[in-house]
Amino acid sequence: MPRGNWEGRDAISILDFTRDDLEELFDVAARMKEMLQRGRVPRLLEGRIVALAFFEPSTRTRLSFETAAKRLGAETIGFAGEEATSLAKGENLADTIRMLDGYADAIVIRHRYEGSALYAAEVAEKPVINAGDGKQHHPTQAMLDLYTVKELFGTIDGLVYGVLGDLRFGRAASSFILALTLYQPRKLYLISPPLLRARPEVRARLDEAGIDYEEVSKLDDVLGELDVLYVTRIQRERFPDPREYEKVRGSYRVTRELLERGAKPELRVLHPLPRVDEIAANVDSSRYAAYFLQARNGVPVRMALLSLILGAEV
Amino acid sequence: MTPSEGLLVRRIREGTVIDHIPAGRALAVLRILGITGREGLRVAVVMNVESRRLGRKDIVKVEGRHLSSEEVNRIALIAPSATINIVKGYQVIEKKRVKLPSVIEGIVACTNPTCITRKPREPLRPRFRILAERPLQLQCTYCGTIIDEEDVLEQLEEAGEERR
Repeated sequence: MPRGNWEGRDAISILDFTRDDLEELFDVAARMKEMLQRGRVPRLLEGRIVALAFFEPSTRTRLSFETAAKRLGAETIGFAGEEATSLAKGENLADTIRMLDGYADAIVIRHRYEGSALYAAEVAEKPVINAGDGKQHHPTQAMLDLYTVKELFGTIDGLVYGVLGDLRFGRAASSFILALTLYQPRKLYLISPPLLRARPEVRARLDEAGIDYEEVSKLDDVLGELDVLYVTRIQRERFPDPREYEKVRGSYRVTRELLERGAKPELRVLHPLPRVDEIAANVDSSRYAAYFLQARNGVPVRMALLSLILGAEV
Repeated sequence: MTPSEGLLVRRIREGTVIDHIPAGRALAVLRILGITGREGLRVAVVMNVESRRLGRKDIVKVEGRHLSSEEVNRIALIAPSATINIVKGYQVIEKKRVKLPSVIEGIVACTNPTCITRKPREPLRPRFRILAERPLQLQCTYCGTIIDEEDVLEQLEEAGEERR
């Protein structure tokens, strides 16, 4: 089926997409997942090249994009880490992107500066997919997060969500919160130490969308109401001042005991991973853990995105 | 302008009079226009004079230069009440109000140190969309950071310090 509004599109922010776009993406992702499970994936992107421009270290997002591209028969080129590129020799980002634009059919970019993916999209003619720009956006993470919620609950609307952790510097948390504004959550709790509250532009979007949300400091106060608990890591590398990090590190920890004492049986815990110590290992084998399913869903969701953007006949 | 204000600085033959600038912001207006005094233009600045509309106001007269619409609209960032009088042959031939454009480009920098617009050697200009006019709120197109009138004024002041 030709999909006119997808081919050649950039994916910079989750808000570049409508709810209908995402529903279409999830339908394709579900078919991709089924094909992966059957072990028969058509080589829809044979002969295509996807550039993976990871200026900032990444393991799972990069491997997940690489797996998605290769499963569909595409080749990948790229680098991981700024020191591996001409940037180390003094080349600017614009020139690096122009070069990749000439080589590949799509560019996946991760960079530690906010706005870098939008800038790359302005420079490149080929579609650009943001795989994380500083603390700002991580749209494909938000896509797989929503996809996982839909797979678990059959719906994204009408649920009570808690997003816990670093809501100020964490791009996965910010993108997930922004993504929820495309839907109708029953209630959204933003749970963080006061130092790590969501940024003003994220809160402005929640207000604009009329989302019923509340900022709280303690998980215990709201745990019993939640259907979805989205936990994020406090990322030391995003703190401009290490003393600020020391003030908030280890300020929350989700354990099996805590969940069994205070959560609804149907609660599911998500986490973009990697985790450090914010979710205890004993949660992994409980009914609450959904983060490994979530991580696995990264591949079919990114397969769906790549094939739609590259205009494959899905 | 009342006759008594007119006495402070003589009328200009040809150029632009920017009136109804909030008191104390005339120098910031000059910075927005990129006028340093070294261009050779004859410039008059009148500060803190009485105004019926504003209580107190500043006035800037620039002789020998007509402002473009883009320049006029930039003034709205810090002086939304300003009026622009285009003068020819000692007569005001056109009077207009300032109006904020929907996008502001290249005047103020993003305050976020890890915004791509702050990265050295990239060929791009900072760009903001107007979120709200009063009180002023601008949002960086690249990184989403929201900045306000205080940030804009602070930057204009810093730019002035650097020039000195």
